[in-house]
Amino acid sequence: MPFNIYDFSGTTKAIDQFLYAKMAPTWAFITELAIVGIIILLFYAVIGLYLVYLERKVCAFMQNRVGPNRVGKWGLFQTIADLIKLLMKELITIRKADKLLFNVAPFIVIIASFMAIAAIPFAKGLHAVDFNIGVFYMMAVSSIGVIGILLAGWSSNSKYSLIGAMRSGAQVVSYELSVGLALLSVVIFSGSMQLSTIVESQANGWWIFKGHIPAIISFIIFLIASTAEINRGPFDLAEAESELTAGFHTEYSGIRFAFFFLGEYMNMFIVASLAATVFLGGWMPLHIGNLQGFNHVMDFIPPIFWYFGKTIFIMYLIMWFKWTFPRLRIDQLLTLEWKYLLPINLVNILIISFIVLMGWYIK
Amino acid sequence: MNSVGKYFSDIFYGLKSLWKGLMVTGYYFVHPKQIVTQQYPENRKELKMFDRFKGEVILKHDENNFHHCNGCGICQLNCPNGSIEIITDSVPNEDGKAERIIDKHIYHLSMCTFCGLCVKSCPSNALAFSQEFEHAVFDRNKLTKVLNQPGSRIKKEPKEPNAPKPAIDTVPKSNPAN
Repeated sequence: MPFNIYDFSGTTKAIDQFLYAKMAPTWAFITELAIVGIIILLFYAVIGLYLVYLERKVCAFMQNRVGPNRVGKWGLFQTIADLIKLLMKELITIRKADKLLFNVAPFIVIIASFMAIAAIPFAKGLHAVDFNIGVFYMMAVSSIGVIGILLAGWSSNSKYSLIGAMRSGAQVVSYELSVGLALLSVVIFSGSMQLSTIVESQANGWWIFKGHIPAIISFIIFLIASTAEINRGPFDLAEAESELTAGFHTEYSGIRFAFFFLGEYMNMFIVASLAATVFLGGWMPLHIGNLQGFNHVMDFIPPIFWYFGKTIFIMYLIMWFKWTFPRLRIDQLLTLEWKYLLPINLVNILIISFIVLMGWYIK
Repeated sequence: MNSVGKYFSDIFYGLKSLWKGLMVTGYYFVHPKQIVTQQYPENRKELKMFDRFKGEVILKHDENNFHHCNGCGICQLNCPNGSIEIITDSVPNEDGKAERIIDKHIYHLSMCTFCGLCVKSCPSNALAFSQEFEHAVFDRNKLTKVLNQPGSRIKKEPKEPNAPKPAIDTVPKSNPAN
């Protein structure tokens, strides 16, 4: 079986051919689905757990603390211990809650982020599905999550949950516009919505460098708007510990609460990897124009490391925002979107279209 | 025009102030030496408590086993939860008069809230707070302590009016609460 850390398409093709040679086409297809599902599920659980750990460590260092350091070396197993605790906790059923929706809501949140992971290109030839409308698919799928949040708030039959869910609805619907328009700027640059094509188009430089100032502006807008879309601080009005106890997941306990928690961190991972893919070249190594020697040295670092490096960098930025900025009020939140981000974004899109039309970006 | 200018200056100053905040947390993130957390059981040997820390009430004794307590009972009166009991004795002094001395200064650590009223109100400046904080014991009777050491006596002041009190330093540094 050919295995090449720089190009996974040979490996995946070999597995595909092996399965189709051994079994009937239907069974081979089902086996492939199962393999991909299990791999993504494991990836999801491990990444989710260690993102929580990473967040706690980053937060601690920014506040002059040590952070978790008792369970395992440097507290590496702290989140696993937390997970075991959450698994053993009682699942409290709420009287007068809408039982079906109450139980389904965490799964909708999880499924939304799970579906989004499928389209992410981790390395060359290493993604589950490669849609020709990848950017559009990511946006559509990630906005399913808000349905889960709204359902959780409604079915809990609690005023805190309902207010939190309504806030979350207003917030996500508003900021989705900015996320979409910021992504659209790169779609205009690269002329494609397929994520693999967008990555390939950055072989001679990432879009954030090639697109000059407009690309940087849309990158910043994407960071702000996506932080709001995943309900993280400073836009964590849906949870709002200070005034709504815990917002939409006030009434949830045990593993159902853990699902919301995990979903939140996975959404952060997805947003970060989308930003890395679209603006920072995804798995593409750092190439500068025609500097052959430099480009060749950069090619020695495997794409998967480039991908995770960029993603972790963006996640660090999002965590940095959360632990620095003061929270916004709900009216300030909507003012920021409708009076600042959206008009700037629209003008930015116009400028980018003009730049692309005149061919002024670095080709 | 003015409102347009304000719009853009708002954006500029908003970003500027956010950047200032990011620099503060970013500085802390890359300077782990600034971490203030004390990792207690590991640093037990070198852990030094602060001068103002109120560990437990002690009666200051000097190296010759002298203290300043004359058994007046003001600390007992001032204690809001009755964690101090003063037992006095009467002995004749060199002039043949009966004089009150302290027999037992009993201190119930289990009832103490560390308010510091006894230390503040002591007229002879005999009480102080120590920096000891590991109070956990398996038997609560051990939390009742006799503060005056066996065989200790009151230190006689030289008979001068308005003489400054000599400081006795069994505690490393004087307590600001005194």
